[in-house]
Amino acid sequence: MFKSPTWQRRLEGFRRGWYKFSRNPVSVVGLFFVLLVSFLAAFAPYIAPYPEHAGRFVNFREASQPPSLKHPFGTDVFGRDILSRIFFGFRYSLMMGVVVLSLVVPPGVILGLIAGYYRGTWIETLIMRITDIFLAVPPLILALAVCSVLTPSVFNAMMAISLMWWPWYTRLVYGLASSLKHEFFVQAAEVTGASKFHILFREILPNCVSSIFTKMSLDMGWVILIGSALSFVGLGAQPPTPDLGTMVADGAKYLPDQWWIAVFPALAIMITVLGFNLLGDGFRDLFALEEI
Amino acid sequence: MGILRFLAKRLLFSVFVLFGLSILIFLISRVLPGDPVRMALGPRAPEWAVQNLREQMHLDKPLPVQYYYWLVGALHGDLGQSLFTRRAVIDDIKEFLPATMELALFAGVIMAIFGILFGAIAGRYNNTWVDNVVRVFSYIGVVTPSFVFAILFLLLFGYLLGWFPTAGRLSPWVPRPPVITGMVTVDALLTGNWGALGDALWHMVLPAVALALGGMAQEARITRATISDNLKKDYIASAKGFGVPERLVMLKYLLKPSLIPTVSILGLDFASLLGNAFLVELIFNWPGFSRYGINAMLRKDLNAIAAVVMVLGVVFVTVNIIVDLVVAWLDPRIRLGAERGK
Repeated sequence: MFKSPTWQRRLEGFRRGWYKFSRNPVSVVGLFFVLLVSFLAAFAPYIAPYPEHAGRFVNFREASQPPSLKHPFGTDVFGRDILSRIFFGFRYSLMMGVVVLSLVVPPGVILGLIAGYYRGTWIETLIMRITDIFLAVPPLILALAVCSVLTPSVFNAMMAISLMWWPWYTRLVYGLASSLKHEFFVQAAEVTGASKFHILFREILPNCVSSIFTKMSLDMGWVILIGSALSFVGLGAQPPTPDLGTMVADGAKYLPDQWWIAVFPALAIMITVLGFNLLGDGFRDLFALEEI
Repeated sequence: MGILRFLAKRLLFSVFVLFGLSILIFLISRVLPGDPVRMALGPRAPEWAVQNLREQMHLDKPLPVQYYYWLVGALHGDLGQSLFTRRAVIDDIKEFLPATMELALFAGVIMAIFGILFGAIAGRYNNTWVDNVVRVFSYIGVVTPSFVFAILFLLLFGYLLGWFPTAGRLSPWVPRPPVITGMVTVDALLTGNWGALGDALWHMVLPAVALALGGMAQEARITRATISDNLKKDYIASAKGFGVPERLVMLKYLLKPSLIPTVSILGLDFASLLGNAFLVELIFNWPGFSRYGINAMLRKDLNAIAAVVMVLGVVFVTVNIIVDLVVAWLDPRIRLGAERGK
């Protein structure tokens, strides 16, 4: 299968893409951070020094220890190893990003394709005006409001963020689709009697993929930021879940004396978000996009 | 005149958006599982009291009727009664909103001025060490949650160095200037109370900067990108070739058109600033609207939640109208009525 000409061509394209991508050291650093965080998250139970500290665990004899060889990032007020909890915290952050994006991208993109293709009709008006309403309030505040009427949990936080996030994809794809519909290849497909489904998903969508993909990479970072903000105020993940935002919020109470409880999880959030941002910027340069 | 029609269209659109937002937020606040009245009165309140309050709040009627009552009330400035403080929500808002607006406006000004300044310098001196420093710092700014900045500032400048106060809007020994606008700095300025003004500004530095940094980094990145693109354009070379003074070229022909994308995104950045104020106010114990909102959310105070989101919607829509007017002034294609491709 991999010997077929199509696959040869794809492999060649990929190789060229990687060459261009790897010319920019900043993008490679981003990729490195993303891979590192994903690796730590995936193998957290095996590489964390104290995997049992991720959940409900108490050892007051080792409570609030400053960073040492035994606990490189120190321990929290319950005596839990912060480094181990950060590894598990990566799991929740990444899960949040992946779940939210897989929930919002398909509907957001489909609505954007339809609104863009039917530009100038009532369908466009309906979809885009609803989108405008959702975009009229900062996403964090709407997500907070939704979370507040639900029971606080990781699951509900993901639902709340998803509910607020799809309009960004609708708007992005709408812009692309409404200009692509005037391209000759779309008109050619129309003239030969291709179905609307074929035109939307086989002609227009493939030309939007690089933009969507880049936005997804950048959004992984934003979703993780908003998720950590939700848990920070207590409307997201609940203790003893090792969520990075919750850990920062808990640690903030013990500043400035036990600074390590809040500072290391905060740095962990920054590294994750930075990785996805650098990666996204790398993709943007690679695909030579402007509008994201 | 193009600008008036533009403004009218923009206002009409905003009214529509706010109307839609009111439906959205009303629906969100009414899908709450459980009985808000029972929660407010406590489990031991007699059934008749619960029933009374429910009728008083129209919660026994079908949803569209409830929405009608709520909307009519809201249009008359009555956003209902808080289920917990038992005060009219509108009074709470009047009390707490100015503090947040003060903080957000200061942060917004810091964000816009320094974001554009750093971005312009980095773009003008593209690929020099200045550019690299600005780029690294703007990356850090973009990826750091504002609550992390707030915590770090509190720790470093508040506790360790002790340069700035760590909580509140005024020192306890400074008498509060009489309330005129509710914004301490403005009130102090209006009454000529320089001591209070200085003290209020001193309290504002840390929270405002913590709030501004994220957006500032964003603005700097965008300004830098546009300026370094426009710098290569032919019209700049020809202006220089005609002997137009360097400063004039830079400020009038390079900076002004380059600000269009920056200003367009200012509205969005101001929105995320208002969202982040929710977290920063919590950390700096700033007695503002966002802290009130968070408390309402944690207590499931329906009317207060709906009001908080609606008020922020109004603020956001207003800011965006202003932003659009500024963009229209910067961009002759809009000012002169030409349709710009979306």
